[in-house]
Amino acid sequence: MDNIETLKRDLTDAIANAADEAALEAVRVAALGKKGSISQLMKGLGQMSPEERKQQGPVLNSLKNEIAEAIAARAQALHDAALTARLETEKVDITLPVRPEPAGSIHPVTQVIDEVVAIFADMDFSVAVGPDIETDFYNFTALNIPPEHPARQMHDTFYFHEKADGERPVLRTHTSPVQIRSMQAHGAPLRIIAPGRTYRCDSDMTHTPMFHQIEGLVIDKDIHMGHLKGCLDAFCRAFFEVDTVRMRFRPSHFPFTEPSAEMDIGCHRSGQEIRIGDGDDWLEILGCGMVHPVVLRHGGIDPDVYQGFAFGIGIDRLAMLKYGIPDLRDFFDSDLRWLRHYGFSALDIPSLAGGLSR
Amino acid sequence: MKFTLSWLKDHLETDASLDEISTRLTDIGLEVEAITDRAASLAGFCVAEILSAEPHPDADRLKLCRVDTGSEVLQVVCGAPNARAGLKGVFAPPGSTIPTSGMRLKKTKIRGVDSHGMMCSERELGLSDAHEGIIELPDEAETGTQAADALGLDDPVIEIAITPNRPDCLGVHGIARDLAAAGLGRLKSGAVPQLGGKAPCPVPVAIDAATQSSNGCPVFAARLVRGVRNAPSPDWLQRRLEAIGLRPISALVDITNYISFDRGRPLHVYDADKLHGAITVRSAKAGETLCALDGNDYVLAPQMCVIADESGAIGLGGIMGGEATGSTADTVNVLIESAYFDPVLTATTGRQLAIESDARYRFERGVDPAFVLPGLELATQMVIEICGGEATETVVAGSPPAPGEAIAFRPERVRQLTGMDITDARSVQILESLGFAVDSTLIPLMVQPPSWRPDIHGEADLIEEIARIEGLDRLPVAALPAFENPMPVLSAAQRRIRWAQRCLAARGLHEAVTWSFTSSTLAELFGGGQQSLALANPISSELDVMRPGLLPNLLAATKRNADRGQSDFGLFEVGPQYAGDTPEQQSCAATGIRIGDYRPRDWSAAQRRVDLFDVKADALAILEALGGAVNKMHVTADAPGWYHPGRSGVIRLGPKNILGYFGELHPRILDHCDLRDTVVGFEVVLNALPLPKRRTTTSRGPLSASDLQAVTRDFAFILDADIPADAVLSAATGADPLIQAVRLFDLYEGEHVAAGKKSVAISITVQPSDKTLTDAEIDAIAAKLVQKVTSATRGELRS
Repeated sequence: MDNIETLKRDLTDAIANAADEAALEAVRVAALGKKGSISQLMKGLGQMSPEERKQQGPVLNSLKNEIAEAIAARAQALHDAALTARLETEKVDITLPVRPEPAGSIHPVTQVIDEVVAIFADMDFSVAVGPDIETDFYNFTALNIPPEHPARQMHDTFYFHEKADGERPVLRTHTSPVQIRSMQAHGAPLRIIAPGRTYRCDSDMTHTPMFHQIEGLVIDKDIHMGHLKGCLDAFCRAFFEVDTVRMRFRPSHFPFTEPSAEMDIGCHRSGQEIRIGDGDDWLEILGCGMVHPVVLRHGGIDPDVYQGFAFGIGIDRLAMLKYGIPDLRDFFDSDLRWLRHYGFSALDIPSLAGGLSR
Repeated sequence: MKFTLSWLKDHLETDASLDEISTRLTDIGLEVEAITDRAASLAGFCVAEILSAEPHPDADRLKLCRVDTGSEVLQVVCGAPNARAGLKGVFAPPGSTIPTSGMRLKKTKIRGVDSHGMMCSERELGLSDAHEGIIELPDEAETGTQAADALGLDDPVIEIAITPNRPDCLGVHGIARDLAAAGLGRLKSGAVPQLGGKAPCPVPVAIDAATQSSNGCPVFAARLVRGVRNAPSPDWLQRRLEAIGLRPISALVDITNYISFDRGRPLHVYDADKLHGAITVRSAKAGETLCALDGNDYVLAPQMCVIADESGAIGLGGIMGGEATGSTADTVNVLIESAYFDPVLTATTGRQLAIESDARYRFERGVDPAFVLPGLELATQMVIEICGGEATETVVAGSPPAPGEAIAFRPERVRQLTGMDITDARSVQILESLGFAVDSTLIPLMVQPPSWRPDIHGEADLIEEIARIEGLDRLPVAALPAFENPMPVLSAAQRRIRWAQRCLAARGLHEAVTWSFTSSTLAELFGGGQQSLALANPISSELDVMRPGLLPNLLAATKRNADRGQSDFGLFEVGPQYAGDTPEQQSCAATGIRIGDYRPRDWSAAQRRVDLFDVKADALAILEALGGAVNKMHVTADAPGWYHPGRSGVIRLGPKNILGYFGELHPRILDHCDLRDTVVGFEVVLNALPLPKRRTTTSRGPLSASDLQAVTRDFAFILDADIPADAVLSAATGADPLIQAVRLFDLYEGEHVAAGKKSVAISITVQPSDKTLTDAEIDAIAAKLVQKVTSATRGELRS
């Protein structure tokens, strides 16, 4: 018994003194390996009498287990210590800046078109498009603009050179030609918006030779001007993200609508900033009206059966108002500083559920 | 169109305030642009009399005045040469602000003498440029009263925007009619009493047959007034004209201008003693010239309508009279003209000669043909009243154009179209108050528009009249009914535009929107510039042709940004490009450029410049985002001439379909754009990628992921340097069905391979499908791969 106690004490000391995992392994082999001291003693059990074995067996087994546990515990301790030591050395300056990420942007015109489409999609509109280079018929005649109308003059409209057949294409001066093309293609009932590029011979502080419009057209049997007002009211509230918008319809004149109106919305101006919705000032934002019977006929629709409304909004102007962009000309200058400041993240996809803007 | 409040009240009996009038004008479509209350800026300024004016003790030019302001007598130092005892002028007391300079007056010392306020000149009050002396008011002006009243400035000026369909509102009477119809008062009669003449008009007038038949001038009337005195007009008339920005000239001219604004009726006055024989309205002769009242000589063209006497053209019909026959201060016998000229002809002539005049403005919109003779009568009476003289009878050639036909009108359409609840009776009432004649005995009703409304052609026009007078604020706000739109919100092509935009922005490029036009020199470098896409009237030579692609303007934008010190960036645009002027020749491209370092300098990674593989990746990323099968596309090295010939490629789908280009821009192009740094760019034509067939299911099918371990093997081949990498990759990919992926991970040319050779190393992943592969099976696949690659590339396995 003394031998066993001595052995146990020696082994326990050796385990405790093992400085690293290799030394501990040496101790394990010396005790529990094939020729280890405990293994040898275990082998001796075979030569013992049953009584001796009955007495020695549990003692040796218990020794073996105790030593094995001690080795395991020491191994864990050594492992922990080694990890701690390693972690001590593994330090970086976490204040270093992160690697630069690519950060592009979406132009405000694109963003506002996507916002407007999201709103009108919710009112069951589809998006229609038409070409930038138009015929005289689609840009003027079909829209009830007579040949001598001032809008046709060179100082407003970009013309191409006259062709052999006498046709003289124009750069569309508004998105309204899409009304005619859509009516001809799809007939009535119809509910479309048509965003796109438009062109006029204008270049000064507040005009650019190219700008963007969005056209709206609703044709059905019982669509009246009150629906126009309701539709635009809903649009303005959604677009400007306010609960109410004061609005005012002013009678106006467009050849392609009758009655025609311009719509003003209430706003409050303080310095450079314009707040939309309330306030005692008015801001003109769009032209609209009931589609003129002549226009319906040109679109192949019987004005005695169908009627409806149309409107045209300046997209660039919407963007300027909503996002406080002071100068229209900057939209088309591609100044990176401007694009970064007024642009939008690729992830900012406008939706009514997810929010139009952050 | 400008007028004053008192002028309006000449035609409208109303108790309404200026505010009410202003609001109602806008409400009925006569949008108020400005109201100028000139009295407001002169509040506090009063009429004062100079009691004495003595020399200043220390200054030769200054005078010491004792000024009676009505409430006190003050000492004022004044430098005006006309300052003298007994003069009544405009006094600005200490504390008031001079309107033009914004200077606030205070009690001060001038050359050691106290001065309390100031006597004002016209320039200081913004009335005119006169600054030679202080204002001299008539003796009747009452000392101590408001200066604005004494100056006749107590009448607010209203400026409204008139839409081109409303020539009737280019006269104050027409505006009053609209306001009366809108319930703001009672319209005073505009009827002009007839005064007979003493004798026939001695000047014969005629309209030649051609002008008559083309309706260029259907009616021309004239009347002579003998023995007039053409002095300056009376104060009230001068004030009204000045209030609306017209310069008073002489009584005769002022009267015509006044009636032009009062009734929308342009007139002309000739000095009858300068006329030669009979007057004929005819077409101009080729090369005929006219020196007009604006002092300019105009060369006329045959289709223009002129008024001529036996000496030649003496006026341009509806636009401007001639200088030689115009009235002057010496005019004694005046011939007054009132006529109707065709709107289109007037507009065309005015435009061709670039003459703007109040007459042209009215005639080209359409004056009231029924007011030709009453207008002449009114002018004659004003001339006699103001200038004296005696009128002859009127001489008339032709007759006013006939009124248009009556319009069938269904009052229920007002409700159907506007959604407003307007009774039939109310509709009729509105129309009648605007001067329409309504025959209510018929169904539908028949409505005759008044002669002054050339814009009314059909029922929709009538409905517009009723709606605007009733007030669009009465429109209900009705929600749009739900609609089952047969069209999707966005077409497949439209969705692609959005994907391309968001894809490129996510890749670090900034979206630009550039002009659809560019310069023809630049366009030609990019395969465009053809005549059919050249603008006939460009705003500048920099923007004179539709762009063949988006690169020209993006390069110009790159240059602008480089000049602002930006060095490492990418720009893109998704927009139209034009191969011709038909709708089919307009396509939508996603195009971008990159320049400088791929990423900003950074502590963690080595720098590199952008190269063509960055833009190749951009192009392929778009195509993938659009749903294209990128693995079915291939690239060829035959990009168009604006790319570097050796560092650019074409992305193709099949042998014919070109989806896009990528590469370094040609050095010559960069030179042209004055860009010193290398620029890489890509162009993807969104329309070129075929739209997928309509989906029948949204299911992606089950995932087939093998549980068996994939095996990777690396190979290196020695090839001729000009063998494309693609040859290695496609041979390797096709070598065995179990080869799941092939990556090219190393490319080497240099001292360790022979000259003219390169080493290409690939790594393949073999994915067993039904059982783990044995070494022998893997070796067999490898052998097959080596055989395929070496035979396809005439290369050999690197040992």
